Amino acid sequence: MNEKTAWERLQIIRDKDRPTVNDYIPLIFDEFYEMHGDRHFGDDAAIMGGIGRLEGMPVTIIAEVKGRNLDENKKTNFAMPHPEGYRKALRLAKQAEKFHRPVICFIDTPGAFCGIGAEERGQGEAIAENLLEFMRLKTPVVSVVLGEGGSGGALALGVCDRLGMLENAIYSVISPRGAASILWKDAGKEHEACDMLKITAEDLVNFGVAEAIIEEPNGNAKNDLDKIAENIKEFLSDTLIENCKKDIDVLLEERYTKFRKIGDFIEP
Amino acid sequence: MLEDLFKVVTTRFNGNEKTDKKAPAGNHIPKDLLYKCPRCRNVIFEEEYLAVNKVCPNCNYHGRLTAQERISLTADKGSFVEFDADMLSCNPIGFPDYDIKQMKLREQTGLKDAVITGEATIKGSPVVMGVMDSRYLMASMGSVVGEKLTRAFERATKEKLPVVLFTASGGARMQEGIISLMQMAKTSGAVAKHSEAGLLYITVLTDPTTGGVTASFASLGDIIIAEPKALVGFAGRRVIEDTIKQRLPDDFQLAEFLMEKGFADMIVERKKMRSVLSHLLKLHGYMPEKKD
Repeated sequence: MNEKTAWERLQIIRDKDRPTVNDYIPLIFDEFYEMHGDRHFGDDAAIMGGIGRLEGMPVTIIAEVKGRNLDENKKTNFAMPHPEGYRKALRLAKQAEKFHRPVICFIDTPGAFCGIGAEERGQGEAIAENLLEFMRLKTPVVSVVLGEGGSGGALALGVCDRLGMLENAIYSVISPRGAASILWKDAGKEHEACDMLKITAEDLVNFGVAEAIIEEPNGNAKNDLDKIAENIKEFLSDTLIENCKKDIDVLLEERYTKFRKIGDFIEP
Repeated sequence: MLEDLFKVVTTRFNGNEKTDKKAPAGNHIPKDLLYKCPRCRNVIFEEEYLAVNKVCPNCNYHGRLTAQERISLTADKGSFVEFDADMLSCNPIGFPDYDIKQMKLREQTGLKDAVITGEATIKGSPVVMGVMDSRYLMASMGSVVGEKLTRAFERATKEKLPVVLFTASGGARMQEGIISLMQMAKTSGAVAKHSEAGLLYITVLTDPTTGGVTASFASLGDIIIAEPKALVGFAGRRVIEDTIKQRLPDDFQLAEFLMEKGFADMIVERKKMRSVLSHLLKLHGYMPEKKD
């Protein structure tokens, strides 16, 4: 049982030694070929995609990429994707559908990038299109939040049949800093906002947003890279073995229902 | 010298204020009688502004309408029948003061949440209609907005009706935490089902449509219409300015910018909206219902 507060977890996932998807891929997949570009504008390094093999089964992998140092982060824009990143993700997802490969998404982003180019090229439209298309994608989709699940930028890879969260990962509608500056006009109150927003893996399971919590070795993924990779791999294989057996129409109806029932309202 | 000049002006202004208070009521113009356009800063009488359905006569900015005003401008008189009128949101993450804030807003606006959905006819053509109202927490999307819109799409799918949505929103509703984010996926799923049934969905983007609403159902219409000078975007202007450390041009993220970049089909003026919608509906085979 993870007793850490949301704030303590935030420090763990922002640690520069936190493993990233680049550390996990060689340990989880037998082979991996990266595919580039959205075929319209360019190639966004904040989202990596490609084809690999999970325990012998061909799969499509789509991932938000945090850098492990400043150089890598400059390249991947600190894992804040532009519209072409989301469009590359969708292109690869459609390709997976065509060739009957399951899709595995790794979420790890502070959020979709906010900038002039992103607006000009339709950041909102790109995310919206992913939500709609992933909802009806005729192949199993499984997502894992590795560290930060930042708002719409995370959800664009988060419409799936089953969502797993690393035990220290968080998933939030707004960054704690953003919430603090709106709520108390003081971004310095990030700590208070973080603990208030209910963004931990346990919270997300309670809300029906996530289905599984993936244990980190001795409470922190960086303690044992092989072990955490093994735990992620186990979650992925178990989920895919189960979901690949299902009739695709049943799976799609279940995917719709998973999101359909989320909401907290009354009708007096 | 220059400072002295200002001093003189300041005293003069202060002096005027004092005399204003003593002046008879007839000479005094209360603030709420005037309307200042947020785009061109032109000031006109509120009465005049209302008479032209909140369109600035100087720059053609199409101001924010209440949901009721929008419905009466769009739907045939008396045709609108509301769905799910009593639905209220809860406080899923125990957000401080969320309940009190909503109680106050409900009293002030007469709304129960930020969207009104229902069935209506537009020049005889039957539609399912949804209108967001920015007076209610900047029409942010929480559970009620998500659920009402999802039900509206599901109902339209079942009854084979087109959907016309007037969007306005600050985005996902922070106060409902992760549940509000999930409404983006939920509504997009309902749009997908409606679309697969071969039915028409028209989005009308009104001022302002931003954040999670732009990144979900607002961007998914078969036809996307925008009102002149409406602000439409994903990220807030200030957030972008903070990121890039420079001021953005005034027309950034306005409807005209959106169309130029390829993300809106057309810009339609308010006075022509009802007619354009009616024609588009008929072009897709949604003909006026015959009355018995």
